[in-house]
Amino acid sequence: MAEQESTASVLLTHEVGLHARPSVKLTKLAKTYSSDIALATAEGGPWIDAKSIVRVMAAKAPQGTVLHFRASGADADAALAALVALVERDFDEAGAQLSEKTHAGD
Amino acid sequence: MSASASPSASLGSNVGIVIVSHSPDVARGTAEMVRQMVGDEVPLAFCGGNPDGGLGTSVEAILGAIDRAWSEKGVAILVDLGGAETNSEMAIEMQPEERAGRIVVCNAPIVEGAVIAATEASGGASLDIVRRTAEELSPA
Repeated sequence: MAEQESTASVLLTHEVGLHARPSVKLTKLAKTYSSDIALATAEGGPWIDAKSIVRVMAAKAPQGTVLHFRASGADADAALAALVALVERDFDEAGAQLSEKTHAGD
Repeated sequence: MSASASPSASLGSNVGIVIVSHSPDVARGTAEMVRQMVGDEVPLAFCGGNPDGGLGTSVEAILGAIDRAWSEKGVAILVDLGGAETNSEMAIEMQPEERAGRIVVCNAPIVEGAVIAATEASGGASLDIVRRTAEELSPA
């Protein structure tokens, strides 16, 4: 039986793009799911393993990139929903960015 | 002084990370980056500086750091320059037999390697995978 593949895409709004901290968060979240999860910065790929911190960081996706995900496995849909939500929440970093800005303006 | 303990951490379920630098400030700063970027689920310890407070590494401090970061899944050590590596290897040789083969020095840059090794370890990866992921950073 062919395994069902799910896909999702989301706009990367984080100010500095998929830099170190967001990459760590995304990878850690991806690892909590058993499905195979791939990530691309263009619809046609190239696809990289979303659980590989080295590959995700190396993708260096800037702000404004549309991130494409595809996943296959038992928890594929849940994984994609969680990853998209993480990106939409700006990796929970809005507060951190604000305080960095405040300090920069001192 | 040359060392500091890992705070909460260790359930023994994830590979531990040890950071060994010639500079206590580099070691502490690297550990801080790991804690802030990756979190608390990885046993973590660091040491740096010689017993006189200067730059250097000491086998004794490394032994202490390995004990603090010890996990049944093993420990990955990130080092900076020469002596940090040879002293870490000496500390590994001095370990009790039951830890044999469960402590490795990663051939990776200390800061990036520590963050990446810890990220991999936080997902429950084996010691071998943690080391190989950190070493993916370095040209072969």
